[in-house]
Amino acid sequence: MSALRILVPVKRVIDYAVKPRVNKAQTGVETAGVKHSMNPFDELSVEESVRIREKNSAPGGVEDICVISAGPTKAADVLRTAMAMGADRGIHVDVKEGEDLEPLSVAKLLKATVEKEKSNLVILGKQSIDDDAAQTGPMLAGLLGWPQATQASKVVFGKGDTVEVTKEVDGGVETVRAKLPMVITTDLRLNEPRYASLPNIMKAKKKPLVKMSLSDLGVANERRLKVVKVTEPPPRKGGGKVEDVDGLISKLKELGAI
Amino acid sequence: MILSTARRTALRSVGALPRSTSVFSSPFNNPSALRRLLSSLAILEQRDGKLNHGSLSAITAAKKLGGSIHGFVAGSNIKPVAEEAAKVEGVEKIIAVDNAAYDKGLPENYAPLLVENIKKGGYTHIIAGHTAFGKSLLPRVAALLDSQQVSDITAIENENTFVRPIYAGNAIATVESSDPIKIVTIRGTAFPAAEAQGGSAAIEDGVDPKVEISTEWVSEDLAKSDRPDLATAGKVVSGGRGLKSKEDFDKIMLPLADALGAAVGASRAAVDSGYADNSLQVGQTGKVVAPQLYLAVGISGAIQHLAGMKDSKVIAAINKDAEAPIFQVADVGLVGDLFEKVPELTEKLKSS
Repeated sequence: MSALRILVPVKRVIDYAVKPRVNKAQTGVETAGVKHSMNPFDELSVEESVRIREKNSAPGGVEDICVISAGPTKAADVLRTAMAMGADRGIHVDVKEGEDLEPLSVAKLLKATVEKEKSNLVILGKQSIDDDAAQTGPMLAGLLGWPQATQASKVVFGKGDTVEVTKEVDGGVETVRAKLPMVITTDLRLNEPRYASLPNIMKAKKKPLVKMSLSDLGVANERRLKVVKVTEPPPRKGGGKVEDVDGLISKLKELGAI
Repeated sequence: MILSTARRTALRSVGALPRSTSVFSSPFNNPSALRRLLSSLAILEQRDGKLNHGSLSAITAAKKLGGSIHGFVAGSNIKPVAEEAAKVEGVEKIIAVDNAAYDKGLPENYAPLLVENIKKGGYTHIIAGHTAFGKSLLPRVAALLDSQQVSDITAIENENTFVRPIYAGNAIATVESSDPIKIVTIRGTAFPAAEAQGGSAAIEDGVDPKVEISTEWVSEDLAKSDRPDLATAGKVVSGGRGLKSKEDFDKIMLPLADALGAAVGASRAAVDSGYADNSLQVGQTGKVVAPQLYLAVGISGAIQHLAGMKDSKVIAAINKDAEAPIFQVADVGLVGDLFEKVPELTEKLKSS
């Protein structure tokens, strides 16, 4: 059984609890001065990687957990968080503010990293909560020609490099078995990410963090999609309240809902 | 093959023209020129030899694009599925691949299968639902074709331009694709499923590259329910943390659902607390629904939940907290204890 060399891509996004506002120029959402944090699904990926090591659940053991993020200088913050959660080291691919990569470019960048770092398992979040595209994981698997298991709620290692993954699908769950190397994307039910403790945050500051550029990895930021505009969704106005159940029923009838 | 190459070359040259060129900057103004160029492949889902009618939304989206429309199905004994899909009006051809290797929709062999058929057909647009199947498969196809997919679109502005929600539906982005092959997944609630009648498409065998894979399908566990399917139901009643336990969830929500003929949904809080099955979650990371009536019971209305239901025609809410954010979007709200109000509502609905 191969020892695991896990690559965990993480993304810095607007915090999930913040309600994003569209900017005045209608080119995107307002990001200046807005709280950012690690994409919640990526926290699950980091947690799962660390648990695989702690629980010794992979027969070949875990040799390395490397986290990677592509983004502006501040993306290094989420890498430090991931290292405080237990990742061994980080790679920060420096991309200027406002020059965000599309999922296909991220997948190409990750493919180059996988080859460079000799990773045999990539665990990604199923989607980032900003773009909501849900593409990078399967794209990477396609580029590498590796098996994939998306929306994982359970990951079990077996003999001979096999991995059994239970996936959340429409209407229930489905289990597939594949062989390493493979790509897994995480769903909410996979685990509950830990909080980084203060001593671990301090220790994380000493862990290696390498800075790279896109050209170091031989990838260009090639944009295929042009954002024509970004607008607020049509507002929904609350219709007020009723006093009792009878009021509710008559209002629903009036609205033609029942 | 010659035709398809010519078609793609023509499309590329269209893309290369300056945007001010009047004929092409708004292709919808010149539908006859468009129809010669544009051709869509709608990926249809099947399970156990039955066509998934929800997946016919892809054909509705293809109709909005204009141009020729082919449908794609694959699996064992695919003929009856292909015949049913062939009845959809406006579909020219159904490409069918009869091979049990594709029954479970494993992306490892299904993606190369699609790539071969896309190349052979020279399609300009590939459309599938933003379902578990589509989400797992299409990005893999897109990567193999070196195309940047556009996910979960809710509207089509023209052959290059699509509208999609981002940030949990808190912003709506209009994006224009420059890829020669556009790969899109569609939000089912934004494109009603085409009806399987009125058409008589030809059925043709697709190419089958028979890619060997090591991934195995092991098992599945699907929640059985006699109630309407959550994603397509006309009415949805949804319960949140306010239900307090699984017993209470079942005791309060199920009779209400039955009295209304509604599907049952749940908030993430209710699912995480074990009150309801994962597959019932409504929200950014669960199902997106847009029924005639969405009745939220004991749900506060976090933005991630609203992302999954705010396009409902009528939203009603029952919550004991008069300040709950759900009341800001609800067309009708009732402040009160759900353990009293919901059983009363259920009784009155039954007797009326």
